Amino acid sequence: MKAHLTRRYRFSASHRLHSADMSTEENRATYGKCNNPHGHGHNYTLEVTVSGPVDAKTGMVCNLVDLDGYVEREVLSRYDLENLNTLKEFAQTVPTTENLCIEIFEILQRGFQKAHLERVRLEETMMNSFEYAAGNELRY
Amino acid sequence: MVYLTRKAEFSASHYYHNPDFTPEENRRVFGKCNNPNGHGHNYTLEVTVKGEVDPRSGFVVDLKQLKDIMHREVLDAMDHRFLNKEVPEFLTKVPTTENLAIAIWQRLESKLQQAHLHRVRVYETPDLFVDFYGEKE
Repeated sequence: MKAHLTRRYRFSASHRLHSADMSTEENRATYGKCNNPHGHGHNYTLEVTVSGPVDAKTGMVCNLVDLDGYVEREVLSRYDLENLNTLKEFAQTVPTTENLCIEIFEILQRGFQKAHLERVRLEETMMNSFEYAAGNELRY
Repeated sequence: MVYLTRKAEFSASHYYHNPDFTPEENRRVFGKCNNPNGHGHNYTLEVTVKGEVDPRSGFVVDLKQLKDIMHREVLDAMDHRFLNKEVPEFLTKVPTTENLAIAIWQRLESKLQQAHLHRVRVYETPDLFVDFYGEKE
């Protein structure tokens, strides 16, 4: 039997949306308030969905201790209470929540081996959320 | 095709233990959840069915029937119960959220007449949920 398991996490970070390829006016027109040079912050909620066969001995898709440990080490400790623009992955890339969502998916895909990564969903606020699943089908 | 989701809540206790494991293995794999006295959760269940809208009733499913089936098959059996001891599926299986979603699917699937079961989602806490789509593998 195959099941999907989703875990929610929270972190807070600041960012500024600004593209070096755009003029000052274009940046302002594109990003509006988010272009404020001093940056601003969000409380992000991260949802990680993994899938796989339910192990007959443990009843689990994967042990939550492993998933929580990996996410804490590789994602939360990297982004929580940081300014995203200062991190190397956002040196050339605008730290929109789209790009952050893809980045987190790739971090998990590179190193988390205990179950199949299905999707990452990131809520920037209660009103905005973004999902990335690479080649996987998004299921509802 | 229209999808309809009905929610329900139930509270139950459980613990994780596999009799084929040694006590050390049980403690290592299941951690705090291995406490034999059990611990509890407020579960939220979401049942999603799919089907074509009946042209006469305008329904995908008669919600009253769906509610009754969920009550009879799931809530009456699991609400305010110790899952390991009182729900037959968990006499032989570890009552993880994964196995709970599968057991609920199996209880509901054969009872639904009009609509097809699409997904069973079980929240163990607001930050942890499992989806089961009836996939064997």
